Amino acid sequence: MSDTPIDVRNADGQAAGRAAPDNYLTHARGFRSWAFTLDHKRIGVMYLVSLLFFFFLGGMLAMLIRAELVEPGMQIVSKSRYNELFTLHGAIMIFLVVIPGIPVALGNFVLPLMLGARDVAFPKLNLASYYLYVAGALFMLAAIAFGGVDTGWTFYTPYSTTTNTNVVPVVFGVFILGFSSIFTGLNFIVTIHKLRPPGMNWFRMPLFLWSLYATAIIQVLATPVLGITLLLLIVERAFHIGIFDSALGGDPVLFQHFFWFYSHPAVYIMILPAMGVISEVIPTFSRKHIFGYGAIAASSIAIAVLSFLVWGHHMFVSGQSDLGNMIFSAFTFAVAIPSAVKVFNWLATMYKGSIALQTPMLYALSFLFLFGIGGMTGLFLATLSTDVHLHDTYFVVAHFHYVIMGGTMIAFFAGLHYWWPKMTGRMYSERLGALSAWLVFIGFNLTFFPQFVMGAHGMPRRYADYPAQFEPYHLLSSIGAFLMAAAFFLMAGYLLHALRRGRPAPPNPWGSATLEWQCASPPPYDNFAVTPQAGDPYDLERLRYDAARGWYDPDEDAKSAGGAGGAA
Amino acid sequence: MTAMQPIAQLLGGLPLAQEGSTFWMPSEASTGARAVDLAFYFVLWVSVFFFILIVGLMLLFVIRYRRRPGRLTAEHAPRHNLALELTWTIIPVILTAAMFAIGFRTYLDEVTPPANAYEIKVHAQKWKWSFEYPNGYIDSDLHVPLNEPVLLVMDSVDVIHSFYVPDFRVKKDIVPGRFSRLWFQATQLGEHRVFCSQYCGTGHSDMLSKVVVQQPGDFAKWLQTAAAQYASMSPAQAGADLYQRLGCVQCHSTDGSPGLGPTYKDMYGRQVKLADGSAVVADENYVRESILDPQAQVVAGFQPVMPTFKGRMTDQQIGWIIEYLKTLSSGQQAAPPAAPPASPSAGQSASPPSNPPANPQTGTGR
Repeated sequence: MSDTPIDVRNADGQAAGRAAPDNYLTHARGFRSWAFTLDHKRIGVMYLVSLLFFFFLGGMLAMLIRAELVEPGMQIVSKSRYNELFTLHGAIMIFLVVIPGIPVALGNFVLPLMLGARDVAFPKLNLASYYLYVAGALFMLAAIAFGGVDTGWTFYTPYSTTTNTNVVPVVFGVFILGFSSIFTGLNFIVTIHKLRPPGMNWFRMPLFLWSLYATAIIQVLATPVLGITLLLLIVERAFHIGIFDSALGGDPVLFQHFFWFYSHPAVYIMILPAMGVISEVIPTFSRKHIFGYGAIAASSIAIAVLSFLVWGHHMFVSGQSDLGNMIFSAFTFAVAIPSAVKVFNWLATMYKGSIALQTPMLYALSFLFLFGIGGMTGLFLATLSTDVHLHDTYFVVAHFHYVIMGGTMIAFFAGLHYWWPKMTGRMYSERLGALSAWLVFIGFNLTFFPQFVMGAHGMPRRYADYPAQFEPYHLLSSIGAFLMAAAFFLMAGYLLHALRRGRPAPPNPWGSATLEWQCASPPPYDNFAVTPQAGDPYDLERLRYDAARGWYDPDEDAKSAGGAGGAA
Repeated sequence: MTAMQPIAQLLGGLPLAQEGSTFWMPSEASTGARAVDLAFYFVLWVSVFFFILIVGLMLLFVIRYRRRPGRLTAEHAPRHNLALELTWTIIPVILTAAMFAIGFRTYLDEVTPPANAYEIKVHAQKWKWSFEYPNGYIDSDLHVPLNEPVLLVMDSVDVIHSFYVPDFRVKKDIVPGRFSRLWFQATQLGEHRVFCSQYCGTGHSDMLSKVVVQQPGDFAKWLQTAAAQYASMSPAQAGADLYQRLGCVQCHSTDGSPGLGPTYKDMYGRQVKLADGSAVVADENYVRESILDPQAQVVAGFQPVMPTFKGRMTDQQIGWIIEYLKTLSSGQQAAPPAAPPASPSAGQSASPPSNPPANPQTGTGR
């Protein structure tokens, strides 16, 4: 990891690497300068802090769950409390961390910079999205404070319309979060359409932008359905109007259709930006042009389209018709193809590269391994007859954690470490970064791999207690979870330390060719003095390491055209 | 696969499961299980192959093309290659199409019951199973004959439950307001776990039962004796039996220990405080109402979560429960007016146990 001769630690980093005092962090001071900021970078940072706080909260709930499951019987919490724990863990992680996730925290910061723009198309709408996020989060926190909710994050009827826990505030919180998501999606679509710099046509866009674009399309088209569904749920609970509850003349399975019509595309809202991050990190750290740009971009769009046609695979045993099951099974297999194509393209990008195993790359390789397992175990659940056996067992729990945690969150951390120098202007400790990446990887597999096996043996999910037969698996799983928590605390430690004591970051520490690395680290308030000219975002071969200054510059000898005429 | 069993056992020192189970799968105890497992192993080995390929290439590239002196830049390599890209698109298409076909075929067998299947009704409610046999007998375990197709016709009175037998590889949601069907043909004598696999609230993980697979002759004999057993029991004995069988035991203790519902110990004939602050004597009518309309008068300190047994229990059976409760109350002090059923509260009548088709609607009157 560290013996590479061109490790950026060799740089003195002092001279020009230290940005001019005026950057977006120092441009204005005080609470109001943050609370009313329209700067996409500050909004991104506020999102990032909020997101990491909720990741911590959801993670602590997970630790309580794993502690309770160490052995059979109830030791720490009651059964109803356990049910509230897994509900809140799921709801917080899904709605407050993973769905907003990469687009709002990393995307907000990076997207205008990648476009060489000063901001997103609608800066005020962007700030409004953040406050909607905060408002939705407050509703959910209020539900915890006033007694919790025990429906599971899926709010299946008629349980959710009959339980006497705080369903309405949580559901209303999710409803508000939906608007936050829609506004962000709209903002990104317009920004990508209207604010591309000279030289950047659609097929010269960085792949991270392609993935944000595909994500935004799903956000704008699918989220309204969730909003309507949740409103109907509230109406049914409050006014006893029969929509989903069969006791009132409704249909419980209708809720599942509506819910998954949003929530399956939402899985791609989660994973597409992750794939975008990986598509940036792997070429940079392989110092090689991405392989099959067109195929990766097209597969993002293919996933966005197909994601709307697979929701029924959550309902193979719900009593949905056999014909419906057949069609949804077929579409589900179809959506596996573009994901497989991307994986092969990333591998081919590494072929004959010059691969540096710095922290972002370690997370990216971790992603390939974990998302590989997550994706392939999805095949068992798309296969009709095996899904009947595996549905609602720990096999499913393990599968979606491999995709959402092992895929999206690991890519999130890849992106966080990748753009951290740009966001904060500081470098973190490579050694601790690598150590925590390894510990997260080991802890993750120890946590979730045993869950595949116990799920295949029939252990149902959402069980507060379980037969002794499953104890060894649960024990392993809990040990892994605690290890993973320790690794995340380590990460929090070295990142916080880097904020104050980290070596100042040069403008382009990794040697990337996208535009955000052409401005200083951290970027100045208005990003670029002059709109830069965009070239091929993956033309990494033309970058040369400048040992004197400690960063990467375009090699003017190798290629004079193309042009990085930016601010840095 | 069986070669991996010792490894799995090493992990925890416990036997993995019942005999016949492998590292991945529990024992195959139904005619459909084999086909499901074959589909599982097909997907598994294809996945294992591709996973090793991907991770193997990844590690190979990382080692071979690691950045080091003399390798500070990438070698020249093509940025795309149509033939290669088509290959790695088409091969997965073919393989996933095969998975789809195998899965769909075995699924159709799994959901199409033979015409001569033996039918058993399944009632699901929070948080218990009851199985109703063709002769009307109800049990909390599912007894089935070996090597005969069995069709379950299932309903739920409250929320969605899901009937799941891992050893049979069958599962089906039971949605309130409609009947769900599931069939299997057991091939292994003995007991197999039944789980509720759709989250249904506080007692979800207690909603367990078992399938008892018997030789057809033994099954018929068992059913006959089981159905006739109440004839030889006293009403209180029959009540004690129903207490277990209908799942009252899940929430109501008989020894005073706390549960989701009030304990039965020393309850009958005493004054109980209600959630609305008033008090009532737990007499026949109160017990009857609590069974048929549980939310009408909830005891203070408990959640209104009990499901109704309306249409599930005959008045005769309610009478048996009442007799059983009497045996649990030591020295009934404030003994209620037991004899005359002409109760002062209008509309309520403790119908004599021999009068089954009494109006099940209890006028709660308050």
